[in-house]
Amino acid sequence: MVTGLGAVTPLGVGARPLHERWAHGVCGIVDGAGACSEFEPKDHLSIKEVRRLDRFSQLALVASGEALAQAGWNTNANGNGHAELPYDPMRIGCVIATGIGGIETVETQHDVMRDRGAKMVSPLGIPQYMPNAGAAAVSMKHGLQGQMYGVVSACSGGAHAIGTALRMIQYGDAEAAVAGGAEATLTAFGFACFNSMQALSPTGISRPFDARRDGFVMGEGAGALVLEEESAARERGATILGEVAGYGSTSDAFHLTAPQPSGEPAARAIELALANAGVSADDIAYVNAHGTSTQLNDAAETAALKRSLGSERARRIPISSTKSAIGHLLGAAGAVEAIATIETLSTRAIPPTLGYEVPDPELDLDFVPGEARPLLAANGGPPVAISNSFAFGGHNVALVFRGAS
Amino acid sequence: MATATTEQIEARVIEALASFGPDESQITRDATFESLDIDSLDLVELAQIVEDEYGVVLKGGDMKELKTVGDAVDLIAQRAS
Repeated sequence: MVTGLGAVTPLGVGARPLHERWAHGVCGIVDGAGACSEFEPKDHLSIKEVRRLDRFSQLALVASGEALAQAGWNTNANGNGHAELPYDPMRIGCVIATGIGGIETVETQHDVMRDRGAKMVSPLGIPQYMPNAGAAAVSMKHGLQGQMYGVVSACSGGAHAIGTALRMIQYGDAEAAVAGGAEATLTAFGFACFNSMQALSPTGISRPFDARRDGFVMGEGAGALVLEEESAARERGATILGEVAGYGSTSDAFHLTAPQPSGEPAARAIELALANAGVSADDIAYVNAHGTSTQLNDAAETAALKRSLGSERARRIPISSTKSAIGHLLGAAGAVEAIATIETLSTRAIPPTLGYEVPDPELDLDFVPGEARPLLAANGGPPVAISNSFAFGGHNVALVFRGAS
Repeated sequence: MATATTEQIEARVIEALASFGPDESQITRDATFESLDIDSLDLVELAQIVEDEYGVVLKGGDMKELKTVGDAVDLIAQRAS
Protein backbone atom coordinates (compact mmCIF):
# COMPACT_ATOMS: atom_id res chain seq x y z
CA MET A 1 0.00 0.00 0.00
CA VAL A 2 1.21 3.48 -0.79
CA THR A 3 0.96 5.77 2.24
CA GLY A 4 3.28 8.63 1.35
CA LEU A 5 4.36 10.53 -1.75
CA GLY A 6 7.08 13.12 -2.20
CA ALA A 7 8.53 14.84 -5.24
CA VAL A 8 10.83 17.62 -6.31
CA THR A 9 10.38 18.36 -10.00
CA PRO A 10 10.58 21.16 -12.55
CA LEU A 11 6.95 21.86 -11.59
CA GLY A 12 7.88 22.64 -8.00
CA VAL A 13 8.63 21.14 -4.62
CA GLY A 14 5.95 18.63 -3.73
CA ALA A 15 3.96 15.72 -5.11
CA ARG A 16 0.73 17.68 -5.35
CA PRO A 17 2.10 20.61 -7.42
CA LEU A 18 3.50 18.06 -9.88
CA HIS A 19 0.09 16.69 -10.76
CA GLU A 20 -1.93 19.88 -10.23
CA ARG A 21 0.27 22.07 -12.39
CA TRP A 22 0.64 19.43 -15.08
CA ALA A 23 -3.15 18.95 -15.17
CA HIS A 24 -3.51 22.71 -15.57
CA GLY A 25 -1.23 22.63 -18.59
CA VAL A 26 1.82 24.16 -16.93
CA CYS A 27 5.13 23.12 -18.47
CA GLY A 28 8.25 23.16 -16.28
CA ILE A 29 10.66 23.14 -19.20
CA VAL A 30 12.60 26.36 -19.75
CA ASP A 31 15.23 26.86 -22.45
CA GLY A 32 15.30 23.19 -23.31
CA ALA A 33 15.83 21.87 -19.78
CA GLY A 34 13.62 20.77 -16.90
CA ALA A 35 15.41 22.33 -13.94
CA CYS A 36 14.02 22.31 -10.40
CA SER A 37 14.17 26.08 -10.26
CA GLU A 38 11.96 26.33 -7.18
CA PHE A 39 14.24 24.01 -5.21
CA GLU A 40 16.61 25.87 -2.89
CA PRO A 41 18.60 23.24 -0.95
CA LYS A 42 19.27 25.52 2.05
CA ASP A 43 15.52 25.93 2.62
CA HIS A 44 15.16 22.22 3.28
CA LEU A 45 18.53 20.89 4.45
CA SER A 46 21.22 21.69 7.00
CA ILE A 47 24.57 23.22 6.01
CA LYS A 48 26.16 19.84 6.61
CA GLU A 49 23.66 18.03 4.41
CA VAL A 50 24.04 20.55 1.60
CA ARG A 51 27.83 20.33 1.79
CA ARG A 52 28.04 16.57 2.00
CA LEU A 53 25.47 15.58 -0.60
CA ASP A 54 25.52 15.86 -4.35
CA ARG A 55 22.44 17.54 -5.75
CA PHE A 56 20.83 14.20 -6.69
CA SER A 57 20.99 13.08 -3.05
CA GLN A 58 19.68 16.43 -1.85
CA LEU A 59 16.69 15.99 -4.12
CA ALA A 60 16.19 12.41 -2.84
CA LEU A 61 16.30 13.59 0.75
CA VAL A 62 13.70 16.31 0.26
CA ALA A 63 11.33 14.08 -1.72
CA SER A 64 11.64 11.32 0.88
CA GLY A 65 11.06 13.76 3.71
CA GLU A 66 7.77 14.81 2.17
CA ALA A 67 6.72 11.18 1.61
CA LEU A 68 7.51 10.15 5.19
CA ALA A 69 5.68 13.17 6.58
CA GLN A 70 2.61 12.35 4.53
CA ALA A 71 2.73 8.76 5.77
CA GLY A 72 2.70 10.19 9.27
CA TRP A 73 6.01 8.61 10.16
CA ASN A 74 7.05 10.76 13.04
CA THR A 75 10.75 11.03 12.41
CA ASN A 76 13.10 13.38 14.13
CA ALA A 77 14.42 14.72 10.90
CA ASN A 78 16.95 17.18 12.25
CA GLY A 79 18.39 15.28 15.17
CA ASN A 80 20.19 12.03 15.71
CA GLY A 81 17.37 10.18 17.43
CA HIS A 82 15.34 8.57 14.68
CA ALA A 83 12.28 8.46 16.87
CA GLU A 84 8.94 6.80 16.43
CA LEU A 85 9.10 4.97 13.16
CA PRO A 86 5.97 2.80 13.03
CA TYR A 87 7.95 -0.43 12.57
CA ASP A 88 11.16 -2.04 13.74
CA PRO A 89 13.74 0.11 11.88
CA MET A 90 15.51 -3.06 10.71
CA ARG A 91 12.26 -4.03 8.96
CA ILE A 92 12.06 -0.84 6.90
CA GLY A 93 13.81 -0.95 3.54
CA CYS A 94 15.07 1.87 1.36
CA VAL A 95 15.70 1.66 -2.39
CA ILE A 96 16.61 4.85 -4.26
CA ALA A 97 17.59 4.69 -7.92
CA THR A 98 19.71 7.01 -10.00
CA GLY A 99 20.63 6.82 -13.64
CA ILE A 100 23.99 8.54 -13.42
CA GLY A 101 24.78 9.43 -9.80
CA GLY A 102 26.65 12.52 -8.66
CA ILE A 103 27.97 13.76 -11.96
CA GLU A 104 28.25 17.36 -10.73
CA THR A 105 30.63 16.17 -8.02
CA VAL A 106 32.68 14.20 -10.54
CA GLU A 107 33.03 17.26 -12.74
CA THR A 108 33.87 19.60 -9.87
CA GLN A 109 36.45 17.31 -8.33
CA HIS A 110 38.00 16.48 -11.68
CA ASP A 111 38.48 20.22 -12.18
CA VAL A 112 40.16 20.39 -8.76
CA MET A 113 42.53 17.57 -9.68
CA ARG A 114 43.46 19.15 -12.99
CA ASP A 115 43.87 22.67 -11.62
CA ARG A 116 45.26 22.10 -8.12
CA GLY A 117 46.58 18.56 -8.05
CA ALA A 118 45.38 15.13 -6.95
CA LYS A 119 46.09 15.86 -3.28
CA MET A 120 43.44 18.57 -3.22
CA VAL A 121 40.57 16.31 -4.38
CA SER A 122 37.88 16.30 -1.71
CA PRO A 123 37.54 13.30 0.60
CA LEU A 124 33.80 13.81 0.09
CA GLY A 125 34.12 13.08 -3.64
CA ILE A 126 33.34 9.36 -3.56
CA PRO A 127 30.62 9.50 -0.87
CA GLN A 128 28.97 12.27 -2.88
CA TYR A 129 29.02 10.73 -6.33
CA MET A 130 28.54 7.05 -5.57
CA PRO A 131 25.17 5.98 -7.03
CA ASN A 132 23.99 4.58 -3.67
CA ALA A 133 24.54 7.96 -1.97
CA GLY A 134 20.88 8.93 -2.30
CA ALA A 135 19.69 5.73 -0.63
CA ALA A 136 22.32 6.08 2.09
CA ALA A 137 21.35 9.68 2.80
CA VAL A 138 17.66 8.80 3.16
CA SER A 139 18.42 5.79 5.35
CA MET A 140 20.69 7.78 7.66
CA LYS A 141 18.41 10.77 7.97
CA HIS A 142 15.42 8.72 9.05
CA GLY A 143 17.08 5.74 10.69
CA LEU A 144 15.83 3.18 8.16
CA GLN A 145 17.88 0.08 8.90
CA GLY A 146 16.41 -2.66 6.73
CA GLN A 147 17.71 -3.57 3.26
CA MET A 148 19.03 -0.42 1.62
CA TYR A 149 20.65 0.16 -1.75
CA GLY A 150 20.51 2.04 -5.01
CA VAL A 151 19.36 0.40 -8.21
CA VAL A 152 21.02 1.12 -11.52
CA SER A 153 19.02 0.76 -14.72
CA ALA A 154 19.26 4.19 -16.33
CA CYS A 155 15.84 5.64 -17.12
CA SER A 156 13.88 2.76 -15.63
CA GLY A 157 15.68 2.93 -12.27
CA GLY A 158 12.89 4.68 -10.42
CA ALA A 159 10.39 2.05 -11.53
CA HIS A 160 12.76 -0.81 -10.69
CA ALA A 161 13.18 0.70 -7.22
CA ILE A 162 9.44 0.59 -6.64
CA GLY A 163 9.13 -2.95 -8.02
CA THR A 164 12.05 -4.12 -5.92
CA ALA A 165 10.63 -2.55 -2.77
CA LEU A 166 7.25 -4.15 -3.51
CA ARG A 167 8.88 -7.58 -3.75
CA MET A 168 10.88 -6.93 -0.57
CA ILE A 169 7.64 -6.40 1.32
CA GLN A 170 5.78 -9.24 -0.41
CA TYR A 171 8.63 -11.62 0.33
CA GLY A 172 8.43 -10.68 4.00
CA ASP A 173 11.87 -9.10 4.23
CA ALA A 174 10.39 -5.78 5.28
CA GLU A 175 7.11 -4.41 6.55
CA ALA A 176 7.65 -1.12 4.82
CA ALA A 177 10.05 0.55 2.43
CA VAL A 178 10.89 3.94 1.01
CA ALA A 179 11.34 3.65 -2.75
CA GLY A 180 12.19 6.23 -5.35
CA GLY A 181 14.68 7.76 -7.71
CA ALA A 182 16.74 10.91 -8.00
CA GLU A 183 18.70 12.58 -10.77
CA ALA A 184 20.66 15.81 -11.24
CA THR A 185 22.52 15.77 -14.53
CA LEU A 186 21.89 19.25 -15.90
CA THR A 187 25.61 19.90 -16.13
CA ALA A 188 27.81 20.89 -19.05
CA PHE A 189 29.18 17.36 -19.29
CA GLY A 190 25.72 15.79 -18.95
CA PHE A 191 24.40 17.87 -21.83
CA ALA A 192 27.53 17.24 -23.90
CA CYS A 193 27.20 13.47 -23.56
CA PHE A 194 23.48 13.29 -24.34
CA ASN A 195 23.84 15.81 -27.15
CA SER A 196 26.69 13.86 -28.66
CA MET A 197 24.49 10.80 -29.01
CA GLN A 198 21.78 13.01 -30.56
CA ALA A 199 19.27 11.95 -27.91
CA LEU A 200 18.22 15.46 -26.91
CA SER A 201 15.66 17.56 -28.75
CA PRO A 202 17.45 20.23 -30.82
CA THR A 203 14.32 22.39 -30.57
CA GLY A 204 14.18 21.93 -26.79
CA ILE A 205 10.56 20.83 -26.95
CA SER A 206 9.23 17.70 -25.29
CA ARG A 207 6.17 16.58 -27.27
CA PRO A 208 5.80 12.84 -26.88
CA PHE A 209 3.93 10.93 -29.60
CA ASP A 210 3.61 14.07 -31.78
CA ALA A 211 4.75 13.65 -35.40
CA ARG A 212 7.23 16.51 -34.87
CA ARG A 213 8.97 14.94 -31.86
CA ASP A 214 12.73 15.22 -32.19
CA GLY A 215 14.32 13.95 -28.98
CA PHE A 216 13.94 14.18 -25.24
CA VAL A 217 14.42 17.16 -22.98
CA MET A 218 16.58 16.46 -19.96
CA GLY A 219 15.15 17.21 -16.55
CA GLU A 220 16.19 16.76 -12.93
CA GLY A 221 14.36 15.91 -9.75
CA ALA A 222 13.37 13.14 -7.39
CA GLY A 223 10.36 11.13 -6.36
CA ALA A 224 9.82 8.92 -3.32
CA LEU A 225 7.01 6.67 -2.13
CA VAL A 226 6.37 5.11 1.24
CA LEU A 227 5.15 1.53 0.77
CA GLU A 228 3.70 -0.46 3.66
CA GLU A 229 2.47 -4.01 3.93
CA GLU A 230 -1.32 -3.83 3.76
CA SER A 231 -2.33 -5.37 7.07
CA ALA A 232 0.37 -3.46 8.96
CA ALA A 233 -0.70 -0.19 7.35
CA ARG A 234 -4.36 -0.80 8.18
CA GLU A 235 -3.54 -1.86 11.73
CA ARG A 236 -1.77 1.42 12.45
CA GLY A 237 -4.60 3.37 10.83
CA ALA A 238 -2.54 4.76 7.96
CA THR A 239 -4.26 6.68 5.18
CA ILE A 240 -4.01 4.55 2.05
CA LEU A 241 -3.25 6.62 -1.07
CA GLY A 242 -3.22 3.74 -3.50
CA GLU A 243 -1.65 0.39 -4.16
CA VAL A 244 1.31 -0.89 -6.14
CA ALA A 245 -0.73 -3.76 -7.54
CA GLY A 246 1.63 -5.24 -10.10
CA TYR A 247 5.18 -5.21 -11.37
CA GLY A 248 6.67 -6.70 -14.51
CA SER A 249 10.12 -6.32 -15.99
CA THR A 250 11.95 -7.68 -19.03
CA SER A 251 14.94 -6.77 -21.21
CA ASP A 252 15.32 -6.23 -24.93
CA ALA A 253 18.78 -7.80 -25.40
CA PHE A 254 18.75 -5.83 -28.63
CA HIS A 255 20.73 -2.57 -28.68
CA LEU A 256 22.59 -0.32 -26.24
CA THR A 257 20.23 2.59 -26.72
CA ALA A 258 17.51 1.79 -29.28
CA PRO A 259 14.37 -0.01 -28.15
CA GLN A 260 13.33 -3.27 -29.77
CA PRO A 261 11.05 -1.80 -32.48
CA SER A 262 8.35 -4.49 -32.31
CA GLY A 263 7.82 -3.64 -28.64
CA GLU A 264 7.56 -7.32 -27.84
CA PRO A 265 9.79 -7.41 -24.73
CA ALA A 266 8.19 -4.21 -23.43
CA ALA A 267 4.75 -5.69 -24.07
CA ARG A 268 5.72 -8.74 -22.05
CA ALA A 269 6.66 -6.50 -19.11
CA ILE A 270 3.20 -4.93 -19.29
CA GLU A 271 1.54 -8.35 -19.50
CA LEU A 272 3.54 -9.56 -16.50
CA ALA A 273 2.52 -6.52 -14.47
CA LEU A 274 -1.16 -6.98 -15.38
CA ALA A 275 -1.04 -10.67 -14.45
CA ASN A 276 0.77 -9.83 -11.23
CA ALA A 277 -1.97 -7.36 -10.35
CA GLY A 278 -4.68 -9.84 -11.33
CA VAL A 279 -6.26 -7.42 -13.80
CA SER A 280 -6.87 -7.44 -17.54
CA ALA A 281 -6.61 -4.78 -20.23
CA ASP A 282 -10.31 -4.05 -19.75
CA ASP A 283 -9.62 -2.87 -16.19
CA ILE A 284 -7.08 -0.23 -17.20
CA ALA A 285 -8.43 3.31 -16.98
CA TYR A 286 -5.21 5.18 -17.78
CA VAL A 287 -1.66 4.67 -18.98
CA ASN A 288 1.14 6.95 -17.85
CA ALA A 289 3.48 6.38 -20.77
CA HIS A 290 7.25 6.44 -20.75
CA GLY A 291 6.74 8.76 -23.76
CA THR A 292 10.15 10.35 -24.13
CA SER A 293 9.52 12.38 -27.30
CA THR A 294 12.12 10.43 -29.25
CA GLN A 295 11.13 8.90 -32.57
CA LEU A 296 12.11 5.39 -31.57
CA ASN A 297 10.78 5.18 -28.01
CA ASP A 298 7.36 6.54 -28.75
CA ALA A 299 6.92 4.22 -31.73
CA ALA A 300 8.10 1.13 -29.85
CA GLU A 301 5.99 2.01 -26.81
CA THR A 302 2.90 2.43 -28.94
CA ALA A 303 3.57 -0.99 -30.48
CA ALA A 304 4.08 -2.48 -27.02
CA LEU A 305 0.81 -1.04 -25.71
CA LYS A 306 -1.14 -2.41 -28.67
CA ARG A 307 0.53 -5.78 -28.37
CA SER A 308 -0.09 -6.12 -24.64
CA LEU A 309 -3.54 -4.54 -24.33
CA GLY A 310 -4.89 -5.45 -27.76
CA SER A 311 -5.14 -2.79 -30.48
CA GLU A 312 -8.84 -2.14 -30.00
CA ARG A 313 -8.64 -1.85 -26.23
CA ALA A 314 -5.43 0.23 -26.39
CA ARG A 315 -7.18 2.82 -28.58
CA ARG A 316 -9.84 3.39 -25.93
CA ILE A 317 -7.48 4.02 -23.00
CA PRO A 318 -6.27 7.58 -22.33
CA ILE A 319 -2.47 7.71 -22.45
CA SER A 320 -0.37 10.70 -21.44
CA SER A 321 3.29 11.41 -20.79
CA THR A 322 4.53 13.34 -17.75
CA LYS A 323 7.69 14.10 -19.75
CA SER A 324 5.67 16.59 -21.80
CA ALA A 325 5.54 18.77 -18.66
CA ILE A 326 8.87 18.15 -16.93
CA GLY A 327 11.17 16.51 -19.47
CA HIS A 328 12.99 13.26 -18.86
CA LEU A 329 14.17 12.83 -15.28
CA LEU A 330 16.21 9.71 -16.17
CA GLY A 331 16.65 7.59 -13.03
CA ALA A 332 14.02 9.63 -11.21
CA ALA A 333 11.46 9.39 -14.03
CA GLY A 334 9.86 6.10 -13.01
CA ALA A 335 9.34 7.26 -9.42
CA VAL A 336 8.07 10.72 -10.31
CA GLU A 337 5.73 9.27 -12.93
CA ALA A 338 4.46 6.67 -10.46
CA ILE A 339 3.55 9.57 -8.19
CA ALA A 340 1.81 11.39 -11.04
CA THR A 341 -0.09 8.18 -11.80
CA ILE A 342 -1.24 7.73 -8.21
CA GLU A 343 -2.29 11.38 -8.03
CA THR A 344 -4.21 10.88 -11.27
CA LEU A 345 -6.04 7.92 -9.71
CA SER A 346 -6.74 9.89 -6.51
CA THR A 347 -7.94 13.09 -8.15
CA ARG A 348 -9.63 11.35 -11.11
CA ALA A 349 -8.05 13.99 -13.38
CA ILE A 350 -5.96 12.79 -16.33
CA PRO A 351 -3.37 15.42 -17.29
CA PRO A 352 -2.80 15.90 -21.03
CA THR A 353 0.25 15.21 -23.15
CA LEU A 354 1.35 18.84 -23.45
CA GLY A 355 2.38 20.00 -26.91
CA TYR A 356 0.73 17.05 -28.64
CA GLU A 357 -0.89 18.65 -31.68
CA VAL A 358 0.17 16.83 -34.84
CA PRO A 359 -0.67 13.13 -34.67
CA ASP A 360 1.78 10.67 -36.12
CA PRO A 361 -0.30 8.38 -38.35
CA GLU A 362 1.68 5.38 -37.08
CA LEU A 363 0.91 6.21 -33.45
CA ASP A 364 -2.88 5.96 -33.45
CA LEU A 365 -3.74 5.88 -29.74
CA ASP A 366 -5.48 8.42 -27.50
CA PHE A 367 -2.64 10.57 -26.18
CA VAL A 368 -4.94 13.03 -24.38
CA PRO A 369 -4.34 16.19 -26.40
CA GLY A 370 -5.22 19.63 -25.16
CA GLU A 371 -6.73 19.58 -21.69
CA ALA A 372 -7.03 17.36 -18.67
CA ARG A 373 -10.03 15.09 -18.68
CA PRO A 374 -11.92 13.10 -16.03
CA LEU A 375 -10.68 9.63 -15.29
CA LEU A 376 -13.40 7.01 -15.47
CA ALA A 377 -12.87 3.76 -13.61
CA ALA A 378 -13.18 1.00 -16.16
CA ASN A 379 -15.04 -1.57 -14.10
CA GLY A 380 -16.78 0.12 -11.22
CA GLY A 381 -14.17 -0.53 -8.53
CA PRO A 382 -11.13 1.58 -7.72
CA PRO A 383 -9.47 2.73 -10.96
CA VAL A 384 -6.37 0.95 -12.22
CA ALA A 385 -3.50 2.44 -14.24
CA ILE A 386 -0.22 1.40 -15.83
CA SER A 387 3.04 3.35 -15.63
CA ASN A 388 5.74 2.37 -18.12
CA SER A 389 9.48 2.93 -17.87
CA PHE A 390 12.08 1.92 -20.45
CA ALA A 391 15.77 2.64 -20.62
CA PHE A 392 19.07 2.71 -22.46
CA GLY A 393 20.43 -0.78 -22.03
CA GLY A 394 17.12 -2.36 -22.98
CA HIS A 395 15.30 -2.31 -19.63
CA ASN A 396 11.50 -2.55 -19.63
CA VAL A 397 9.43 -1.99 -16.50
CA ALA A 398 5.68 -1.77 -16.09
CA LEU A 399 3.97 -0.96 -12.82
CA VAL A 400 0.24 -1.32 -12.19
CA PHE A 401 -1.33 0.99 -9.63
CA ARG A 402 -4.77 0.77 -8.09
CA GLY A 403 -6.41 3.86 -6.64
CA ALA A 404 -7.60 3.98 -3.06
CA SER A 405 -11.11 2.62 -2.61
CA MET B 1 55.14 32.01 2.62
CA ALA B 2 54.65 34.58 5.39
CA THR B 3 54.36 33.10 8.86
CA ALA B 4 50.86 33.28 10.25
CA THR B 5 50.16 34.09 13.87
CA THR B 6 48.33 31.66 16.10
CA GLU B 7 45.42 34.10 16.19
CA GLN B 8 45.23 34.19 12.41
CA ILE B 9 45.37 30.41 12.21
CA GLU B 10 42.68 30.07 14.87
CA ALA B 11 40.39 32.45 12.99
CA ARG B 12 40.95 30.54 9.75
CA VAL B 13 40.33 27.15 11.38
CA ILE B 14 37.11 28.39 12.96
CA GLU B 15 35.96 29.82 9.64
CA ALA B 16 36.69 26.53 7.88
CA LEU B 17 34.94 24.44 10.54
CA ALA B 18 31.91 26.73 10.45
CA SER B 19 31.60 26.13 6.72
CA PHE B 20 31.41 22.40 7.48
CA GLY B 21 28.14 22.78 9.41
CA PRO B 22 28.44 23.56 13.14
CA ASP B 23 27.21 26.86 14.50
CA GLU B 24 30.15 29.29 14.68
CA SER B 25 29.33 30.29 18.28
CA GLN B 26 29.97 26.71 19.40
CA ILE B 27 33.43 26.55 17.84
CA THR B 28 35.72 27.43 20.73
CA ARG B 29 39.27 26.25 21.49
CA ASP B 30 37.90 23.79 24.04
CA ALA B 31 35.16 22.36 21.84
CA THR B 32 35.79 18.76 20.81
CA PHE B 33 35.40 17.73 17.21
CA GLU B 34 33.00 15.04 18.41
CA SER B 35 30.73 17.62 20.03
CA LEU B 36 30.79 19.68 16.83
CA ASP B 37 29.92 16.61 14.73
CA ILE B 38 33.17 17.07 12.80
CA ASP B 39 34.33 13.68 11.55
CA SER B 40 37.44 12.29 9.86
CA LEU B 41 36.26 13.36 6.38
CA ASP B 42 35.89 16.95 7.60
CA LEU B 43 39.36 16.83 9.16
CA VAL B 44 40.88 15.71 5.85
CA GLU B 45 39.29 18.75 4.23
CA LEU B 46 40.67 20.94 7.02
CA ALA B 47 44.12 19.45 6.42
CA GLN B 48 43.85 20.28 2.70
CA ILE B 49 43.01 23.90 3.51
CA VAL B 50 45.88 24.13 5.98
CA GLU B 51 48.37 22.65 3.53
CA ASP B 52 47.15 24.91 0.76
CA GLU B 53 47.28 28.11 2.82
CA TYR B 54 50.10 27.54 5.33
CA GLY B 55 52.16 24.82 3.68
CA VAL B 56 51.67 22.64 6.76
CA VAL B 57 51.29 18.95 6.00
CA LEU B 58 49.05 17.05 8.41
CA LYS B 59 49.04 13.28 8.01
CA GLY B 60 46.34 10.87 9.08
CA GLY B 61 48.30 10.00 12.22
CA ASP B 62 48.51 13.69 13.21
CA MET B 63 44.78 14.11 12.77
CA LYS B 64 43.89 11.10 14.92
CA GLU B 65 45.53 12.75 17.93
CA LEU B 66 43.44 15.90 17.63
CA LYS B 67 40.51 16.05 20.01
CA THR B 68 39.69 19.75 20.26
CA VAL B 69 39.77 22.81 18.07
CA GLY B 70 42.63 24.15 20.23
CA ASP B 71 44.67 20.98 19.60
CA ALA B 72 44.41 21.56 15.87
CA VAL B 73 45.23 25.26 16.06
CA ASP B 74 48.28 24.65 18.24
CA LEU B 75 49.64 21.88 16.02
CA ILE B 76 49.23 23.96 12.89
CA ALA B 77 50.79 27.04 14.52
CA GLN B 78 53.74 24.99 15.78
CA ARG B 79 54.42 23.49 12.35
CA ALA B 80 53.88 26.80 10.56
CA SER B 81 56.45 28.67 12.62
